[in-house]
Amino acid sequence: MEHLLALTVGILFSGALFLMLSGELVRFVFGFVLMGNAVNLLIFTAGRLSFVAPPLIGKPGTAPATPVANALPQALILTAIVISFAMTLFLLILLYRTYAQTRTLNTRQADFLSESAGDDTGADTPEKDHS
Amino acid sequence: MTQVLIFPILVPLAFAIYTGCFRHHPSHSSSAAIAGALIHLASAGWLLSVVTTQGVVVLWVGSWPSPAGICLVADLLSAVLVLVTAFLHVVVMIYTRFDTTHEQIRSGFHPFMQMLTAAICGAFLTGDLFNLYVWFEVMLMASFGIMVMDHPAARLPNAVKYVTLNIVATLFLLTGIGLVYGLTGTLNLADLHEKIVLVENDGLLAGTSLLLMTAFGIKSALFPLFFWLPAAYPTLPPGVAAFFGGLLTKVGVYALIRLFTLVFVTHPHITHTILMIAAGLTMLSGVVTAASQMDIRRILSFHIISQVGYMILGLAVLTPLALAAALIYMVHNIIAKATLFLVGGLIQRAGGSFHLTQVGSLYQTHGLLSVGFFIPAFALAGLPPLSGFWAKLLIIYACLESRHYGAAALAAFVGLLTLFSMVKIWMEAFWKPSPQKQTASETRVLSPWMMGPVLGLCLMIVLMGIFIEPVFHLALTAGEQLVDPAAYVAAVTGGK
Repeated sequence: MEHLLALTVGILFSGALFLMLSGELVRFVFGFVLMGNAVNLLIFTAGRLSFVAPPLIGKPGTAPATPVANALPQALILTAIVISFAMTLFLLILLYRTYAQTRTLNTRQADFLSESAGDDTGADTPEKDHS
Repeated sequence: MTQVLIFPILVPLAFAIYTGCFRHHPSHSSSAAIAGALIHLASAGWLLSVVTTQGVVVLWVGSWPSPAGICLVADLLSAVLVLVTAFLHVVVMIYTRFDTTHEQIRSGFHPFMQMLTAAICGAFLTGDLFNLYVWFEVMLMASFGIMVMDHPAARLPNAVKYVTLNIVATLFLLTGIGLVYGLTGTLNLADLHEKIVLVENDGLLAGTSLLLMTAFGIKSALFPLFFWLPAAYPTLPPGVAAFFGGLLTKVGVYALIRLFTLVFVTHPHITHTILMIAAGLTMLSGVVTAASQMDIRRILSFHIISQVGYMILGLAVLTPLALAAALIYMVHNIIAKATLFLVGGLIQRAGGSFHLTQVGSLYQTHGLLSVGFFIPAFALAGLPPLSGFWAKLLIIYACLESRHYGAAALAAFVGLLTLFSMVKIWMEAFWKPSPQKQTASETRVLSPWMMGPVLGLCLMIVLMGIFIEPVFHLALTAGEQLVDPAAYVAAVTGGK
């Protein structure tokens, strides 16, 4: 089982890196989602896999009789999933706004390559919003 | 007394909610933000006084037993950095009181800034690797929010670079954390210090440490992972740029210092050699690129990169003196760099542009501003008796003491090139005749509310330079704590 999961993590990572390096920002989002899942599976696998009871305690104050699964990796993954949801959402909105302005999400276009400071006049006179 | 640890995080969080509720009343929420910053400063000062008298302080949040629970820890390094953060927070809040449009405040400037401060302090104070990740995420989200706040046209593609690269860094960090947990079964930093020597899989351990180094290297803008920084920082308003430029990369540096003195010290011939090479290249590439720029904010942004190299050099040498020097350098750089970004904003206000070719003769029209530039600029370049001189001197001395002659020579040479950049800004902005025809009546007057913070920071730089001895003793104690973390580990694993 560990081997299968390790292989899945490897495939997801390589797919994610391929998508992220393509220079097209929509693909980057897909790469990001894939890599987020790959990392979650990695934490899950690193936390040791075993076929035991779920980590639930019946009566308060009693220790479970049978060995239970490690709850910590699950807690870690839950946190990571929530955070990566938020990040994905933010990234999508940012890319939408960027597309509304630049009309492209290809990082090889001039808008993305130039590193000029842009609003040279400073914060006093924000430039017009084209969206 | 351990409850003191929670206040530097809780106070800004509380004020984030408060200013968020009142964001449609700009002047009220600005005043509340300044009040919040002052209370934050007081709590940070209290924390430092507790740490200096009682040693390492630990708070187990939620009262779970060690090492499964989540803890906040403060040793001298953390406490000093929290205090500097709080100080800069106050200064930036006063400066932005008169430099922020109502539009920006309505779109959530103050809640984001308070949240960012809380996250920075949280990252400095946490004693748990996964918590460090969470604080980094909070920090990222808040900084993303500020960066796209009122989205002027040119800012979004640059913000995309910042966001994407930092997201990738975060995923690397999470991967590293997963591997560390798999190898050791714990994520508490002090517990890791004890368990990491028991790990048998040497190759995987070294690989994991390099993965984490890459993640924090992106955060702290190490060579060759710094490209997001000069893309993003120059587009920010001056007050925000000062806060970001002063603090955000330093959190990455702090994480590197914490991890590579406390946890990953089993392979110093690999990790610390790589750190030293990266530090040297960071110093050199940052300063050389800065020399070719003509926009003040871009010059300063590239100098952030160059200065990070010095701090990592202090970490790579790994002696108490070198770590003390790195700490002094961090404090000095946070203050000096923030001052320079604020002065950059004032130059734009006084001269009409950030571009050096379009401003001039500010020395004649704004004498006080030229003092405000002179002090931090020459502190950054390392001229005595300012704080930067001692910081650079200590780093170079620590390199010589441990026989890293090449690194010492490089550090001195980079200091010289920094001086060149600062003299360039001085000559172009303050000395040469103004390219614009400007009569005396047209001279733009700078608000004392914006000059005040700048001069206050300058005073800090001068005072730190003159009274370096107590600062040095404090830093040396912190350096000794880092090299020999027995007290830190005992405080965390011994308590409940």
